[in-house]
Amino acid sequence: MAHYPTRLKTRKTYSWVGRPLLDRKLHYQTYREMCVKTEGCSTEIHIQIGQFVLIEGDDDENPYVAKLLELFEDDSDPPRKKRARVQWFVRFCEVPACKRHLLGRKPGAQEIFWYDYPACDSNINAETIIGLVRVIPLAPKDVVPTNLKNEKTLFVKLSWNEKKFRPLSSELIAELNKPLESAAKCQKPVGTKSKSVESPSWTPAEHVAKRIESRHSASKSRQTPTHPLTPRARKRLELGSNPQMSRQTSCASLDSPGRMKRKVAFSEITSPSKRSQPDKLQTLSPALKAPEKTRETGLCYTEDDKASPKRCIILRTRIPAWKTMDIKEERILTPIRGGQKSSVMPSVILKPENIQKRDAKETEAQNEATSTPHRIRRKSSVLSMNRIRQQLRFLGHSKSDQEEKEILPAAEISESSSDEEEASTPPLPRRTPRTVSRNLRSSLKSSLHTPTKMPKKSLKPKTPRCATPQIRSRSLAAQEPASVLEEARLRLHVSAIPESLPCREQEFQDIYNFVESKLLDHTGGCMYISGVPGTGKTATVHEVMRCLQQAAQANDVPPFQYIEVNGMKLTEPHQVYVQILQKLTGQKATANHAAELLAKRFCTRGSPQETTVLLVDELDLLWTHKQDIMYNLFDWPTHKEARLVVLTIANTMDLPERIMLNRVSSRLGLTRMSFQPYTYSQLQQILSSRLKQLKAFEDDAIQLVARKVAALSGDARRCLDICRRATEICEFSQQKPDSPGLVTIAHSMEAVDEMFSSSYITAIRNSSVLEQSFLRAILAEFRRSGLEEATFQQIYSQHVALCRMEGLSYPTVSETMAVCSHLGSCRLLLVEPSRNDLLLRVRLNVSQDDVLYALKEE
Amino acid sequence: MSSRKSKSNSLIHAECLSQVQRILRERFCHQSPHSNLFGVQVQYKHLSELLKRTALHGESNSVLIIGPRGSGKTMLINHALKELMEIEEVSENVLQVHLNGLLQINDKIALKEITRQLNLENVVGDKVFGSFAENLSFLLEALKKGDRTNSCPVIFILDEFDLFAHHKNQTLLYNFDISQSAQTPIAVIGLTCRLDILELLEKRVKSRFSHRQIHLMNSFGFPQYVKIFKEQLSLPAEFPDKLFAEKWNENVQYLSEDRSVQEVLQRHFNISKNLRSLHMLLMLTLNRVTASHPFMTAIDLMEASQLCSMDSKANIVHGLSVLEICLIIAMKHLNDIYEEEPFNFQMVYNEFQKFVQRKAHSVYNFEKPVVMKAFEHLQQLELIKPMERTSGNSQREYQLMKLLLDNTQIMNALQKYPNCPTDVRQWATSSLSWL
Repeated sequence: MAHYPTRLKTRKTYSWVGRPLLDRKLHYQTYREMCVKTEGCSTEIHIQIGQFVLIEGDDDENPYVAKLLELFEDDSDPPRKKRARVQWFVRFCEVPACKRHLLGRKPGAQEIFWYDYPACDSNINAETIIGLVRVIPLAPKDVVPTNLKNEKTLFVKLSWNEKKFRPLSSELIAELNKPLESAAKCQKPVGTKSKSVESPSWTPAEHVAKRIESRHSASKSRQTPTHPLTPRARKRLELGSNPQMSRQTSCASLDSPGRMKRKVAFSEITSPSKRSQPDKLQTLSPALKAPEKTRETGLCYTEDDKASPKRCIILRTRIPAWKTMDIKEERILTPIRGGQKSSVMPSVILKPENIQKRDAKETEAQNEATSTPHRIRRKSSVLSMNRIRQQLRFLGHSKSDQEEKEILPAAEISESSSDEEEASTPPLPRRTPRTVSRNLRSSLKSSLHTPTKMPKKSLKPKTPRCATPQIRSRSLAAQEPASVLEEARLRLHVSAIPESLPCREQEFQDIYNFVESKLLDHTGGCMYISGVPGTGKTATVHEVMRCLQQAAQANDVPPFQYIEVNGMKLTEPHQVYVQILQKLTGQKATANHAAELLAKRFCTRGSPQETTVLLVDELDLLWTHKQDIMYNLFDWPTHKEARLVVLTIANTMDLPERIMLNRVSSRLGLTRMSFQPYTYSQLQQILSSRLKQLKAFEDDAIQLVARKVAALSGDARRCLDICRRATEICEFSQQKPDSPGLVTIAHSMEAVDEMFSSSYITAIRNSSVLEQSFLRAILAEFRRSGLEEATFQQIYSQHVALCRMEGLSYPTVSETMAVCSHLGSCRLLLVEPSRNDLLLRVRLNVSQDDVLYALKEE
Repeated sequence: MSSRKSKSNSLIHAECLSQVQRILRERFCHQSPHSNLFGVQVQYKHLSELLKRTALHGESNSVLIIGPRGSGKTMLINHALKELMEIEEVSENVLQVHLNGLLQINDKIALKEITRQLNLENVVGDKVFGSFAENLSFLLEALKKGDRTNSCPVIFILDEFDLFAHHKNQTLLYNFDISQSAQTPIAVIGLTCRLDILELLEKRVKSRFSHRQIHLMNSFGFPQYVKIFKEQLSLPAEFPDKLFAEKWNENVQYLSEDRSVQEVLQRHFNISKNLRSLHMLLMLTLNRVTASHPFMTAIDLMEASQLCSMDSKANIVHGLSVLEICLIIAMKHLNDIYEEEPFNFQMVYNEFQKFVQRKAHSVYNFEKPVVMKAFEHLQQLELIKPMERTSGNSQREYQLMKLLLDNTQIMNALQKYPNCPTDVRQWATSSLSWL
């Protein structure tokens, strides 16, 4: 029977080999090698980093395969845990059933897949490692060997990323090949001879028998003193002979057909269920009421509403910990406890851990991605766990015994022993079988509700409370730029975030230093930043905050909280409190209440908290009659405990003097900074830095735009917009679509004209004859009266005379009035509301010279 | 026999004509995106390229379409959107939000409307948005969530854009600066007739606006105007009765070459290049077409043109009584004497008395209350306007008034006034001669 040592009623002792290496962050002690001693079968396995290992899973016949990347000891919690970081492989049976067809062929019996799914937790308990395995990478063109004698060898050819199978890259193959040689070198002499030469080193200890003896004598409580050596030996033999686990071969080779069928059926049922885990928690927790510290802490974790992956991990760690503890504390244990333990142990070891592993995989991979081995909370899994728990309450225990036998047909020894123990230990008689059967039941049940929990789905917890609105996503991805001009346009768009902010280095440094010093000193302060629109104020501050956040991650500055509010994005000044509070704590409150809460937070002596950096954009809109908002914003940083840094941005340089009361501007302080409008060379630099290595513009064209904009406003946004328009004009004028477009000076000239030219003159030129003559009449009337304003009646008489002179038909008052209001709606004229009729006063909105110029051309 | 034939003929005609009237009226009244665009090809290309870039590349844009009323702004955008939606990969991927400054009179209503049109209410379920602030942050959140490549582009069309600029703080417009940051791609298209629209924008909003303007100026000449006239009247090729359609189109062609028709059109063209006024003219002409008079003639057009260019004030004067006419003439004389200074009832009454006593033969000497009544009637017709608001305690006889009729208007109206007594007409023409 090809079962893995998990089946054995064995205890494994895990110990480090070699000196610990301190991790770079001094959080962990890492090791190169680990030694696993299996109690009872007197083998000793040395596992090194880089080797491929089997890891306890829910499916005993198909333990998880992974490559060991790192061994370390987690001493964050009082009981030190041996942890390992691994790169997972998946077996074909672990691939969700609905995706299996993606492979497009029948998988080899010993084929596994590189699990290329970064969202998978790779941080595991080292004590779940069962043993070594050999993994041979295959080049894409190689065929997966079948019918290999050596069942301890697995083949990896493709990678699986939960979406599709991909061939392995050559680097990956090389990397996978590496540990093979090294593993071969460092293997200890193999004791029990297996068929395969390359089989992992199950080094049998010389003193097996002695050990067993001593162990049994030590555990006085053990109710199985007659435990025969023979079954154990048999087991070991099994283990040695074909530990390799592929379902078909194992079944075929060993079992009677009937049993095999049952087993296959069972595994098929259980395999899709990814959620059978959490119930273990429930079943375990009563058993864990033992007065050991480790278990207590474990329980604490499970009881509070941490995310389930965490819980699962803890559970998993707990089981082996129990084992080790067992071994260590054996001598001092009371008889009853020992018995209890021994009764629980086997089932615990044998427990399917499929889901656990799934979850663990996910979270650990996330951790790997962020390189911080902290687990992520997940509400969804907590919910589902609760649901499963509820279901469990309704489940009876009737069929537990039979089922257990069905499930664990191979574990005769352990079962028999546990049965014996049960009989002798009345306080916890049925713990073991129930646990297992419940697992099975719940897994079946939960599989109905959540047939396949893809990691991807569970990654995005959709709690009903935080339903965030979203514009629906497009069904077809946006096109990527095809030509140079399109690429240039993309880079020139205002939304494109440049890697650096040229020409604002000094300002950047000043703001950075200001905030950094406040962060380091744990104090607060205010800064006022002014400048005309489009000079990069907000962009610079954002850049500063980004850099500081990076620095905080690297522990260069103390961590801080960054909040941003924008006066323009508020409907009403007092809403600023609501926004700040919401971003700070997530609370929702009315404006008044939020103000109180914030004042309490910032002004009262509270527990030490991290610094808050608050960016207030468009400060002038927070002006109220009492100026209480500005007052508060600038007053809070002055409190020692507040640790609040306020950066304010506004357009006008003299805002503090102009609109603020003295008490407000005094609190604002004198830390001011003003962003000057960009000069033409700066604008040119900005443009060329955006167009880096992209030959879309002539240099002169850029210079023209930069000079034009600098002369008018120095607004970088305008500059970018004009250039973007110039690329469009270039594209339009381009006849051949394949020729590489180059924006010339003519194109940018046209764009500049388009954006800056006044439309009044073209509007006058394109107006109708009567409209033009009405404008002339206005000019005539103005000249006659010497005023810049006239009533409609006066203009009308002039108009009639003009029309008579020019031979136009006589215009009625109604028509002329229509003409007048038409010109008024275009704002060529400024007119009073038309209820004044003949008496409405008319003014020109354009200079008289412009009108004359526009009318004269023809 | 012949009469029966003509009768059946006219029956057929009647059927065709009702169809013709339906088709043409639809064309004149609705801005259907099926009609042709006149002389705006460049602008159209600019706009449709812009929309396509937003839809396909996820590029955020903002543009203002500026042009006088009736220059085809809405038609342009409708055309562009229709063409855009015909592209297969776009139609599924673009959301449109239509807002009108006349309907969404403040930002609160506008935000609600945007939320509704984006179907975002469904996402929130039964969550009720009480306040404006919540609404705003909700919408901003929604738009912030997206990114350039994966979110559906949203096209905002703001009709009467200038009215949005009058909203408090221009919050809505400022927040369209999401078109300037890497969030859900949006295109903001503003339609306005104001040339000074940029001056209305607050400096921050102005800096965030891309300064793209598409001007529609009706920049066509008279020959093209005639062509438009022809196209607007011609029946489409898919008209069921081919024979009739052919005849109708021939007639239209003949009309467009007719001299008097061209004169009418030229006059119209001089007044306004607005295509809507042309539609109005054609509509009036079309209404004169009956079964017995199945084809338009130049005379129909001329009469319609007269209707269009009618002076509304003169029409009112035609319906006045002789006494009221006399009062208006008295006011005109007062205006002449005192050079546009305001007058009161007593002055008008005195002037009228002078006329009755010295010159009038046919006009009866009405009593003062009757004259007062006539005077008030004129005020109700808004032919005269009080200088200040009427207050209760002031005596109505002495309230200062102004005449809202021009001298030429009065003279023209009098000439056409039916059964005008000769002495009244003489009084009107004579200037101060009786003194």
